[in-house]
Amino acid sequence: MSGPSTYEPKSGITRWLDRRLPILRLAHDSFVAYPTPRNLNYWWTFGAMLSLCLIVQIVTGIVLAMHYVPHVSMAFASVERINRDVPFGWLIQNIHSVGASMFFLAVYIHMFRGLYYGSYKAPRELLWILGCVIYLLMVATGFLGYTLPWGQMSFWGATVITNLLGALPLVGESIKNWLMGGFSIDQPTINRFFSLHYLLPFVIAGVVGLHVWALHEAGQNNPVGVDVKSKADTVPFTPHATIKDLFATTLFVILFATFVFYMPDALGHADNFIPADPLKTPPEIVPEWYLLPFYAILRAFDFNIGPIDSKLAGVLAMFASIGILFILPWLDTSRVRSMRYRPIARQFFVIFVVVCVALGWCGGQNPGNILFKVAPFQATLNWVDGGQVTEQPIQAESAAQWQEAADAAQAEARAQGASMTAVIRTGATAGTLRVVTGGTVQSRPVEGDTADLLETHITEVKEEVGQAAPFFSIERRSPARFTVTNFSQILTLYYFLFFLVILPVLGLRERPERVPDTIAKPIGEAQGAS
Amino acid sequence: MLRAISAAAALLVAGVGVAFAAVHGEHPEEYEFSFLSPVGSYDMAAVQRGYQVYQQVCANCHSMDHLSYRHLGERGGPFALYMVRDHETGELGPHIGKPEHGGTFVEVTDNPYVRAIAAGVTITDIDPNSGQPADRPGRISDRFRRPFPNAIAAAASNGGAPPPDLSVITSARHGGARYVRSLIMGYDGQTKGTLHHNPYFPGGWLAMAPPLADGAVPYADAETPQTVEQYATDVATFLQWAADPHMEERKRLGIVVLAFLAALAGLLYLAYKQVWRGEAH
Repeated sequence: MSGPSTYEPKSGITRWLDRRLPILRLAHDSFVAYPTPRNLNYWWTFGAMLSLCLIVQIVTGIVLAMHYVPHVSMAFASVERINRDVPFGWLIQNIHSVGASMFFLAVYIHMFRGLYYGSYKAPRELLWILGCVIYLLMVATGFLGYTLPWGQMSFWGATVITNLLGALPLVGESIKNWLMGGFSIDQPTINRFFSLHYLLPFVIAGVVGLHVWALHEAGQNNPVGVDVKSKADTVPFTPHATIKDLFATTLFVILFATFVFYMPDALGHADNFIPADPLKTPPEIVPEWYLLPFYAILRAFDFNIGPIDSKLAGVLAMFASIGILFILPWLDTSRVRSMRYRPIARQFFVIFVVVCVALGWCGGQNPGNILFKVAPFQATLNWVDGGQVTEQPIQAESAAQWQEAADAAQAEARAQGASMTAVIRTGATAGTLRVVTGGTVQSRPVEGDTADLLETHITEVKEEVGQAAPFFSIERRSPARFTVTNFSQILTLYYFLFFLVILPVLGLRERPERVPDTIAKPIGEAQGAS
Repeated sequence: MLRAISAAAALLVAGVGVAFAAVHGEHPEEYEFSFLSPVGSYDMAAVQRGYQVYQQVCANCHSMDHLSYRHLGERGGPFALYMVRDHETGELGPHIGKPEHGGTFVEVTDNPYVRAIAAGVTITDIDPNSGQPADRPGRISDRFRRPFPNAIAAAASNGGAPPPDLSVITSARHGGARYVRSLIMGYDGQTKGTLHHNPYFPGGWLAMAPPLADGAVPYADAETPQTVEQYATDVATFLQWAADPHMEERKRLGIVVLAFLAALAGLLYLAYKQVWRGEAH
């Protein structure tokens, strides 16, 4: 707490307490007299909202835990019972599930704020790292909580995530089985996930304590990014920051309440209203919206990198995308904190925000979806009208020589005047050669917007030609195309470039604008001008 | 240059909002259900008729495990009983569903309509004297009767896949009640083996035969048309109520909460202005 304490106990009781447990002094110095930079804008009010979110989640969560049953065949029904029969259970459950989304919304804005104004730079490195720890714990808690209703998305989301850890070399399989409590997602999994989901929020609360402690030691950063120099730069936390935080938080609660009362399920997935079925994989498995950017990074790696297979590469990249935040204070080489005075960095930052949102969009799409293609999917169907069909067996010496034998048989048939040939393999070394002799060779091009549509059109042509053709030979040509996965790859590249190249290099090369000497100075100038 | 890149990136993100209709069914037909608007409530007459359709048709295959008969008569339920004083005679009379003005809610335990609905169902239970399975008339505390004794029996009687439970079906399907309504009305008569074609069903082919025909369920009220469209609308409304029985209470409370928060935000804004008056910032 910057400077000596200004707390003076007024009554006998508070004087008695102050000599034994100066808890009121701590509260006074932290939340009343604590000097706050006078130029903080509304981006600085999200800390208050996040505290509120944590309290709301813990309070509603404790009530839900009184009614929830962590059992594979009863969990879904117990959540339904909470929504239907527990007095105001529907309200508590909606607040808890919408609250998770609101918590992440606020934390993302809070983090982007820190990124823009350089709040991670000395002397606030630990403050930032503690924030990253909180975020990591939030991700874990959010994931664990999403599995508890035991819907289809809960179950399959848990399956996908635990399988990811199985990709780690040597220890992966053990970690996976240890997390699941067996060889598949089952009763032991739901028990330990419930236990951990109850534990982690209190760990978060503990780290939040450290986060606030570190904040009060270093003092708040501010939009100008220069240190507090004198009393003229600050106002007391109460009432100035308190009332502003209360106002902004109320606006946030209005958004929160709009979701709770009017769109409680809008942020979730319909499939989670289907009870978990281990035998039925849903058509798409996606995490909650707040984890979609990381899911996109995970799936961007559809190629192997040397000895690292694509799955492991994706997992490592996903963890690296959060891990990189921990070393950010040492990656950014610029001595200017606030991007307000870094014109080039500011533009890269805007792109970074857009990239993060776009990654989120990609995470929610089917990775094979095509965004652009140079031409439609095309195929050419060849068949023979009329003619005589004969069949003869092909026998290869060994499986390795199969292709050779088949090609030789086809070439021979062609040489003898066959108008069309086809090979049907019936075993490792055996097959049948079908030969059409005579008749007229027909050909027809087909095209479709997607691979599926092309197949539909091919089937249509086959049905139209029908019995007239003994068989078809089809040459399919896929156009060069740009899929969601390709888009994610570009976005992922930018995500890492931003931290690993742009920030380190830009800090050395960029010429920042003139930074004011004090916090009070630009305010005074603006007031003088007006 | 950088501005151009960021503008292009933004355009790209906006531009790729293309619909991919590969495995998804056709978009459900638009229908303005009364409950869709932020202040809308349930058409309780439709919920009552929809329960009749469910009970007489759907319930032969589909369970609704999360509902009990008592839910029908609780506050916000389709058969909630209210005592209303007649303006002319001054006598108290029963009224099914929430009356527009006044009325005293009668607890579901004293609701003869819901008791009659439950008693009309035969429930297989364990006989308390012999310990053997025995049939008895339903009670309001009973869950909706299951058409099959267990999931295996349900699957065995339906070509291997048990018919889905309908308790939260409108929440569990994209398109919600509109999807249910469109699906019931959407059969086009094509069949492939035991499968029936329906453009609204993801994949196009489903095992459920067209469940309803015009006139299949006799409505007591002669004015309501007895058509598949009307049945579909009514049963979709009922299923929406079943999935979200506290919707009306939720929306009512929401208005109060939002009004309070708006007033609070206004006061806090004024307080904020007052505190910061004279402070340069």
